[in-house]
Formats: sequence, C-alpha cells, structure tokens
Amino acid sequence: MTTSIRIGGGRNELLQKVEALSGQHLANCYQCGTCAAGCPFHQAMDLLPDALIQHLRLGLPGILERQTFWICAGCDTCSDRCPRGLDIARIMEALRQICLREGGDHPALTQLERADLGALPPIALVASMRRNSG
Amino acid sequence: MPIAYYPGCTIKVSAPEHEIAALAVMHALGLDLHEMREWNCCGVVHSLATDNLIRHMAPVRVFARLQQQGEREVVTLCDMCFNTLARANQVARRQPEQMDALKATSGDELNYDGSAEVLHLLQILRDRVGMAVIKARVRQPLHNLRVYPYYGCKLLRPTDVGLDDAEVPTVLGDLMAALGATVVEGNLQTRCCGAYHVVNRESLVAERVAATTAQARANGANAIVLSCPLCHFNLATRQSDPDHVLPVLYYTQLMGLAFGLPPATLGLPDATALFPEALSTAHHAQAVPICTKGER
Repeated sequence: MTTSIRIGGGRNELLQKVEALSGQHLANCYQCGTCAAGCPFHQAMDLLPDALIQHLRLGLPGILERQTFWICAGCDTCSDRCPRGLDIARIMEALRQICLREGGDHPALTQLERADLGALPPIALVASMRRNSG
Repeated sequence: MPIAYYPGCTIKVSAPEHEIAALAVMHALGLDLHEMREWNCCGVVHSLATDNLIRHMAPVRVFARLQQQGEREVVTLCDMCFNTLARANQVARRQPEQMDALKATSGDELNYDGSAEVLHLLQILRDRVGMAVIKARVRQPLHNLRVYPYYGCKLLRPTDVGLDDAEVPTVLGDLMAALGATVVEGNLQTRCCGAYHVVNRESLVAERVAATTAQARANGANAIVLSCPLCHFNLATRQSDPDHVLPVLYYTQLMGLAFGLPPATLGLPDATALFPEALSTAHHAQAVPICTKGER
C-alpha cells in the first residue's frame, strides 16, 4: 500500500480547518509526547495526541475516522503541560466540530433509557450534548 | 455583605446535599450566600472552537443578570460552573468585540463589560475566611478520618483560571487538616474522573474510578473528599463493588460535621453510620467566637 503525504506540497485542507477552528499553529509541536504521557485516557485512544498532530501536519488519511478526539474529555492536562504552548484540547474540539458539522450531530443521550436520563446529573448530560453537537 | 451565589443546575437537581451543607457551614462562619434572583445553566463546558460565539451566551447572560442585580462578585460551588463562568469572563475581558456581537444578537439585552468576579467557594474559605478561622470553629475534630482529597480537572485547569497549583494543589488538603483529619495524598488526585463520558463511555469512567479509589485505599484513606458534583457522581456511583464502597463526601459536609452541625443539615443520613470510627468524641476544641463580618 502506498500513502501520499503532503510535506511542502499541495493544500492540506484538514490542517487549515483545524488551525482555523482551534486557533492553534500545529507547526509549533516538536513531538515530545508530553501530551500523550499525561493523558488519563491514552490507553483508549487509537492514535496518541502527538501522533494525531503529526498525522494532521503530514496530511495522512483517515484522521476523522479516529476515536482519539471523541475520547478526549477536555481535562486540559495536555494543554496545561505542553512546553510549546499548544492548546491541544482545542485541536481535539476542532476535529469534533469538523465531524459534527459535516456529518451531523449525534447526541449520545438520544440512546439513553428514560431511567438513565433521570439518574444522570445535568452537567453530564449537557456536557455530553455539547461535545456531540456542532 | 452577603455574596451573590450562583447554584447551577446540578447543585439543584443532583447535589442538593452540597448546597445545604455549604449554606449551613457558611452561616456558621458568619458569611451568608444569597442566591441570584435569576440565573440559567452556564452551558457546563467552555466552548473551545474559535467561531462558536453563541455558546458563550449562557454564561454571559448569568453575568448580565448579576450586573442587573447591582453585584460584581458571584460565588459558585460547582467546579464545572466555576470553570465555564471564569473562562467566559476571560473571553469578555480579552475579546470585548465578542461581547458586542452577543449584545447585538440579543437585541441589546445582554450588555456585559467583563467586570464580574467569579469565585469558587473554596477561594472564599481559603482567601477570605482563612484556615485559622475555620480551624477555630471546629467543635468535633475529624481525628480518625483519613481522607483523600480529589481535585479532578475543573478546579485547577487551565492554570489561568484554576484556583490552585495545577500539579500540586493543597486547598482541600489544608482544609481537611484544619478540620483535624489526616490527609492522604496520591498522584491521581488531579487526574480526570472521565467526566461526561459516564453518559455513553462508562468504561472510561469505571477505569478512572477504580484506579483512584484503589490508590486512596492503598494509601490508607477511609474516605474521599471533593468539590465537583460530576466527580462526586462518578466516584460515588461507579465503584465496582457495591458492598465495599469508599465513602465520597463534599468538603462542605465534612466541615459541617467538624463544626458539630447536625448531619441532617448536611445532607447526611447519619454521620456515625457513615464513619463509625472516624468522628472523635473524646476531644472537643475549645469554643471560640465564630467569624463575623467585622472580623474578616
């Protein structure tokens, strides 16, 4: 299988969209892995945050099919610790927003039973809804 | 002067025990909170996309109502409300043009200039009341309580809105020490509990809760103390063994117990049943005057 990458050539539209929506300049990342090392959910991610940034920069395929940015809960540990000042939580939000705006909202609470809806605290429901709607 | 109090949805719906304990404890300290006459949901999570201005409308409406009430400071108990309000306030101060856009969108009704001060109750307790006054108000020291303070995310991060050191916070530990409890530390105190993933990715929450409670137990804790109603829900209801649950309490409830307030006023059915061995009855601190407005 061959994979084409866009180092220095061609438009990387996804990267441009992510940078516009997140306000972050991904070239600043120097791939130290601090974000991945501190992430409480890294075991559940199918691409670690530093690798996700690298895939974005290189224009590799399949980024929007990854689970990483859905698993990110926005705890801001990575954003706080990044030695290059990148707000990685905003990059994750940009990827969520691109998926939601292009593919439609998928609020998880529509799948819930009535009893679960009653038991869950409003902050869980509203936060989940906000993270799953564009 | 009483401080304006913003409860938020979850305190009213899912965590009333935190509110009644907070109001009782603050009254005991001579500082009354008065609920805002009109408030709405803060939106729970701060919008992280650069173009999603409408999502700042909910917290900005809270600030506009506060100003209409003629007040500048607002205190909240909920960590997520604190974080969302504080970050929206940053937007108002750093990007006033965004407030102009919201004002126009609202038909000039929401006119907010960024002058509100968002406070968490822990800041009031630490910075205005002070640990010495809290310690002096203790009537029933929690000498046998070995408590693991759990901070989670939203009290601490991002650092420019966090109320304590994001890596080594101390406020809950200092408060517990003032109540006479033994503080148990661990490196998972500041790790996210999984937050809203409890809605549809429960395994992520279960894994975090298992690791956190295991560390608390391994380090000798017989209870967890925290502030956030979502952390409380996850840690209290997603422990794996329902017959062997580590008690999870709000700091306000433990303050109330240490102050000698009746458990019923703290949303606790029976404190002695909860901690059969944790409450000291042998030692009572000498009675001292409670904090009054003039003494602060």
